[in-house]
Amino acid sequence: MTSLTAATAARSSASSEHSLVVEDLRVHYDTPEGVIKAVDGVSLALKPGERLALVGESGSGKSTLAMALMRLTKAPGRIVAGHIYLGGKDITLLEEPEMRQLRLNEIALVPQGAMNSLNPVMRVKHQIIDGILDHVADRKQTPDSHELEERVNRLLARVGLSPEVGRMFPHELSGGMKQRVAMAIAISLSPRVIVADEPTSALDVVVQRQIMQTLGRLQQGLDAAVILIGHDMGLVAQFANRVGVMYAGKLVELGPVQQIFTEPLHPYTKLLIESLPNLEEKKKFIGIPGLPPTLLRLPSGCVFHPRCPSFIKGTCETVAPHYQEVRPERETSCHLYAGVRA
Amino acid sequence: MTALLELRNVSKLFGGGFFSGRPPLHALDGITFSIPEDRPTITAIAGESGSGKTTLARILLGIATPSAGQVLYRGKDVARISGAERKRFRLEVQPIFQDPFESYNPFYKVDHVLTTPARNFKIGKSKAERRSRIEEALHAVGLQPEETLGRFPHQLSGGQRQRVMVARALLLRPRILLADEPVSMVDASLRATILDSVYTLNRTHGISVIYITHDLTTAYQVSDNIIVLYRGSVAEAGSVEQVIKQPKHPYTQLLVQSIPRPDPRKLWGDVPARGDAEALGEAVGCKFADRCPFVMDACRSAVPPLHHIDPHRVASCFLYRDSKVVAEQDIAGVFAPRADAARTGPVRA
Repeated sequence: MTSLTAATAARSSASSEHSLVVEDLRVHYDTPEGVIKAVDGVSLALKPGERLALVGESGSGKSTLAMALMRLTKAPGRIVAGHIYLGGKDITLLEEPEMRQLRLNEIALVPQGAMNSLNPVMRVKHQIIDGILDHVADRKQTPDSHELEERVNRLLARVGLSPEVGRMFPHELSGGMKQRVAMAIAISLSPRVIVADEPTSALDVVVQRQIMQTLGRLQQGLDAAVILIGHDMGLVAQFANRVGVMYAGKLVELGPVQQIFTEPLHPYTKLLIESLPNLEEKKKFIGIPGLPPTLLRLPSGCVFHPRCPSFIKGTCETVAPHYQEVRPERETSCHLYAGVRA
Repeated sequence: MTALLELRNVSKLFGGGFFSGRPPLHALDGITFSIPEDRPTITAIAGESGSGKTTLARILLGIATPSAGQVLYRGKDVARISGAERKRFRLEVQPIFQDPFESYNPFYKVDHVLTTPARNFKIGKSKAERRSRIEEALHAVGLQPEETLGRFPHQLSGGQRQRVMVARALLLRPRILLADEPVSMVDASLRATILDSVYTLNRTHGISVIYITHDLTTAYQVSDNIIVLYRGSVAEAGSVEQVIKQPKHPYTQLLVQSIPRPDPRKLWGDVPARGDAEALGEAVGCKFADRCPFVMDACRSAVPPLHHIDPHRVASCFLYRDSKVVAEQDIAGVFAPRADAARTGPVRA
């Protein structure tokens, strides 16, 4: 029930129609204080060429979800339940060596803060080559050094960098250039899914726009699906086709970008959209009342009920709402739409 | 008109020592402006990384000294004042920093950041009076004293911690509040509340605010006037209605066009934006020339002065060379009086 739509999609056409299907995924962290349900039953599906943005505040589980999709969840975190189908194959069942073959080939990560993900004592081109050699599907087809050099130059050109950058060290590059190198590595083996975890969070607006537009072009060229993880609703509006809103480890709403911004369904999404400052007119400052919950002590019933202006007494604090499709292409978990079905 | 805080042709150079073999980096290049005593306004200082905005903040607080030029507080050079005058400066100019985690000592309760300055600056006559003043300040920023005092910093959220810093500033009743990126590390849902309390400090408590940020959208929402810095120099300055809504300097235009609008109907155009600021070396002439779509020969040979192109706007650009040059490059003269626009008073979330 919780994962009705995505589950159906997975069963009917996981291999052909969708690049990625996530079904009732749960990622928990075991801590001395108790179990933290960082991702608590998330289901979604992505088609080739689609751009899905996952937004949420810190602690909403968006980055934990991104890491789980890469199968890079680190202890004390672990995937406790659910399935991730990548091109029809359930990667939650794979052994690490098999999973390693899929990274870069099938699914690649553009990390948050590329400055920390590049090796400071290795020239850029060797870092790109490293990725290719490490993940190339068939060892017998390992390209020779001349061919590798060519490939590095082509990749650098695709992300808007000159071949000279290949001979440089990361400290010689600006923040934007480093992020471009990270993108070159991510697309080096033409993955079908790209996970971009706040790829521009430390960059200036002008550079941010260049990087996002480059990412968009690369994605179109590969017809890859992109999951953009972020909290900047501006970037989401500029980049995504669909938006998923996360709150306290749960997906609370998912829909096409236009509709999410003009006609949000879930009260949390509504408040989030209303709280955005704009450049059109000076508005009252409207924040979301209350605070995000502590994941160790989640509220009963609907996790958003203590902050919700549309709170229904007797229902919201006792019963957790089902995540369901309430209109074509619109999914949400809120009692306000309990009786509605698509 | 006496200025409360005044910058006169302030420059700051880093590096470039005899043995470094490199020219010095001009973090700030001849900045002149002032914060008036009689009308408390909110002034934004905006710029990207490397624009010099943090250096400017440090100089305004007296933490850093300018390489050239002067910072005057009530007419006295901040670098030279001492004793009681220095203490008064420290009391009347209060900072709020970017990181609501690093401003606290994790071993002390939150109360510490409120009681210590209250005691040092002799706020209230007795312990009980200090306590009530602290509670008052917390209420003013939308916090419940009983849910805030007696806790350790890690027990509060980033937004709450940042609001305690605003309460601390309010408690001391400063004349100037210098907020350096106060919301950039706070979640979106809590930003509005913090900006609202900063706005209230100005509008109801008469405190002048200098809001340092990279975010033009919040700068537009909060401030009356703005100074846009580019690599240590003023590119454009004036009322936010003019500078942000109808930018005239090519750099401000590029910045405003690049803002990711939270509206899928207003998408970025595909304007080719050349290079990024940090990748470029020191330039002769206009610092923006290499990235400017309107670059002319003149831009490569001389630094454009600030031209007074609208009643409440100046820009340093040769495109406006027919307009009058601003006397002594002092931009404070063009600042608009505070506009209490259509905003119907702040809303407490």
